[in-house]
Amino acid sequence: MAIFRSHVLICGGTGCTSNKSQLVKARFEEKIKEVKLDKEVQVVGTGCFGLCEEGPIVIVYPEGSFYSRMTVEKVDEIVDEHLLKGRIVEKYLFKEKAKVEHAEEHKSLMEVQFYSKQKRVALRNCGLINPEDINEYIARDGYMALGKALTEMTPEGVIQLMKEANLRGRGGAGFPAGVKWSFAAPNKADQKYIICNADEGDPGAFMDRSVLEGDPHAVLEAMAIAGYAIGATKGFIYVRAEYPIAVRRLHIAIDQARELGLLGKNIFNSGFDFDIETRLGAGAFVCGEETALMQSIQGNRGMAKVKPPFPANKGLWGKPTVINNVETLANIPQIIINGPEWFKSFGTVKSPGTKVFALGGKITNTGLVEVPMGITLREVIYDIGGGCPGGKAFKAVQTGGPSGGCLTAEHLDTPVDYENLAAVGSIMGSGGMIVMDEDNCMVDIARFFLDFIVDESCGKCTPCRVGTKRMYTILERITQGKGTLEDLDELESLAISIKNSSLCGLGQTAPNPVLATLKYFRDEYIAHVVDKKCPAKHCKALLTYEIDKDKCTGCTLCARKCPVSCISGTVKNPHEIDQEKCIKCGNCYSVCRFGAVQKN
Amino acid sequence: MQNEFVLSKKSEFAELKEYIDSVKNSQGVTMQILQKAQGIFGYLPIEVQQFISDETNIPLADIYGVVTFYTQFSTEEKGKHRIGLCLGTACYVKGSQEILDKLADELDVKVGKTTKDKLFTLEATRCLGCCGLAPVMVVDEDVYGRLEVTKIPNILKKYQ
Repeated sequence: MAIFRSHVLICGGTGCTSNKSQLVKARFEEKIKEVKLDKEVQVVGTGCFGLCEEGPIVIVYPEGSFYSRMTVEKVDEIVDEHLLKGRIVEKYLFKEKAKVEHAEEHKSLMEVQFYSKQKRVALRNCGLINPEDINEYIARDGYMALGKALTEMTPEGVIQLMKEANLRGRGGAGFPAGVKWSFAAPNKADQKYIICNADEGDPGAFMDRSVLEGDPHAVLEAMAIAGYAIGATKGFIYVRAEYPIAVRRLHIAIDQARELGLLGKNIFNSGFDFDIETRLGAGAFVCGEETALMQSIQGNRGMAKVKPPFPANKGLWGKPTVINNVETLANIPQIIINGPEWFKSFGTVKSPGTKVFALGGKITNTGLVEVPMGITLREVIYDIGGGCPGGKAFKAVQTGGPSGGCLTAEHLDTPVDYENLAAVGSIMGSGGMIVMDEDNCMVDIARFFLDFIVDESCGKCTPCRVGTKRMYTILERITQGKGTLEDLDELESLAISIKNSSLCGLGQTAPNPVLATLKYFRDEYIAHVVDKKCPAKHCKALLTYEIDKDKCTGCTLCARKCPVSCISGTVKNPHEIDQEKCIKCGNCYSVCRFGAVQKN
Repeated sequence: MQNEFVLSKKSEFAELKEYIDSVKNSQGVTMQILQKAQGIFGYLPIEVQQFISDETNIPLADIYGVVTFYTQFSTEEKGKHRIGLCLGTACYVKGSQEILDKLADELDVKVGKTTKDKLFTLEATRCLGCCGLAPVMVVDEDVYGRLEVTKIPNILKKYQ
C-alpha cells in the first residue's frame, strides 16, 4: 500500500458540492500531478465536515490546516506554497467569526471554536474517511461490531446490551431502540424486516443525509446487527430522492460490502444471512411516519395506519419489522464495540449519548454539530454557532421542525434532552435547529409551518386534512391584518382538537408551532390583530413605506424602480410615496442607497 | 390506445417495457417503475400510466393514486429549465419567499407552473439540505446560494 506524506481532504457533502467542491478537487488532483507530488500527496473526497457556512472546506494533514471557502483559483497557490514548500497559506485559512480569544492564531480543525465543544459519535467518520472506499471504514474499526455480534454474542445478548445502553430513537420520538428490537425478536415469522428510515423530511435538518454521504457503511453495519438481533434477513433503506449523492454512495457501499461478504449469505461464517436494498421516496413528508413509510415501500400512497398493530408485530407486508432512523443506527456499531457504560458516559441519565443538530437560519456558523445531550441551547447557539450575524438580537430558536415549537431567550439555559424540550413546549425532533432574529415575525413562521402541513397532510383523517387548513386560513388572515381576538381562541381550540383526534404523528404534532408561538409570542399576535402592526416589520399588508425627507437625496432611483409609479418628486429634491397607490412591494426600500426609505 | 403521443414515443415505451419486465416479479415496485418512467418521459401523462397499468396488471386507479400523491411525480410537461427555489425553514427565515415572489414576477408565471414559451418551470422545493447557502435555488443542475432579490434578473438571463 502506498504511503503518503500529506493528505488533502476535500468535503464532498451536499453543501460543499453545491459550492463547487468537485471542481476544487479536480484542480488539486491536476495541479498535484503537474508538480509531480502525486506519489507523496493524496487527495481524498470525504463526507461533511459540518461547518457548511464556510464551504467548500479543505483540510491538509498532517498539519490539520483548515482552508475555508475554497475556490479553484486558490488551489495553485496552496499546492505551490503549502504542499511543495511547506508554508501554510495563512490568508486562505479559516478565520473565527465568533468572538473568541486568540482568534487570529493559526488553528487546526479541532481547535476551532465550532468543533471544540462537539463530541462526534454518529458523525465520527464524516469528513475523515473516503465514504466510497470500504477499506477506509474498516481501518476505522468498521464491521468489527458486526463481527463481534455474530461471533461472540447471542441475539438476546445484543438486545440486552442495547437495552442497557438506552439509545433513544434519534428520529424524534425518543423511543429506546433496544426495547423496540425486543418487541420484534420473539415474533415467529417466515420473514422479518429491518428498515432504515432515511426520509429526512424536516425542512432545515440534514444530519441523516450527512451520515449517509459521509459514513454509509456505519448504517449498513448497524442494520445487519439489528437483523441478527431480531432474526431478520432483509433490510430496506427508504431514502429521499432529493439526496442524489447519498443514494449513490449507499449503492457503492452496498456493492462493496457484498463483495467482501459483509452483506449476503453466511456473514463471518456464522450462518447469518442479511442483505439490503434501497427504496427511493418521491417527496412526501408523511412518509417519515413509520406506517406511511411502509405503505410507500410497498408501492402505495403513503398514508398512515392505525396503531396497533405495531410494526414490530405486523409491519412491512404484514411481517414483523423494526424501523430505525439513520442517526440512531450510526450510533450502534460504537455501542457494540465500546459497551453501554461508555455510551452512557456522555449525555444525561435519561437521554444518554450525543445528538446531531443542524444549525441554520440566522446564525453565524450554519452547519452540523454533534454534542452530548444535556448541553444548553446557549452553548449550541452562541459558543458553537456564534450567535446571530449582523449584530441582530436573538429572538427564538425553532426545534423539531413542523412538529416542534419555538423557544425564546429565557429558555437558552435549558439543558437539551427529550424531556426538557418537551417540558417547555417543543420537541427534540430529528434535530433541526433554526435560529430567528428580531426581523422574523413569529406569526408568519407559524403560518409558514401550517402551510407546509396543509400541503403534506396525507388526507386520510379529517382533523388533520380539514383542521390544519382551517388553522392556516386563520393565520393567513392575521398576517394580512384581518384577524380578530376571537381568531386566537379559535386557533387554540382547533389546535387542541387536532392534537387529540388525528390518526398519526403528523397530525398530532401539527398544531405545535402555533401553540408554541401563541404561548411565547402572544404579544405579536395581539399586535397583528388589535394594532394591525407587525412588530418584526415582516408582514407586508401591515407595513407602510415612507421616505425620510432629510435623508432623501433626490436620486430618483426609487421612483424609477416603482412598478406602480406611486413615487413622485424631482431630481435632487426629496421624494414622496402615495400611500393610496402603494402596493408595498418593497422595491424602493431595497434599492435606496441612502437608507431614506423606511418601513413602519 | 394508439394515439399520437404513443406513436411518437415508440422507443421510449420500449425502454420502459424492458425495465418493467426486469422488475415486475419483485414486490412493491410501483414507485420504482414510475420513477423510471418519469426519467424517460420527463413527466407521467395518462398514456404512460395506462401503459404501466397494462404491463403490470395494477389497476390504473391505483397508479393514478400514487402519481398524484407524491410531489415528485408530475402529470404535466415541464419547461426546458427547471427552477427549484428552496422553501425550507432555514431559507424561509432568510427571505426566500421574497425571492420566490420576484421569480414569479420576472417570469410572469405562478409557482408550480411553466412559462408560456415552455422555457422555465418554477417550483418551490422542500429543503435542499445546503442550509449554509440559504436562500438557495437550483436551476437544472446549477446551484445558486446566498441569493438576493436583486441578483435574480441576471441569473435568469443566463438561461434566456
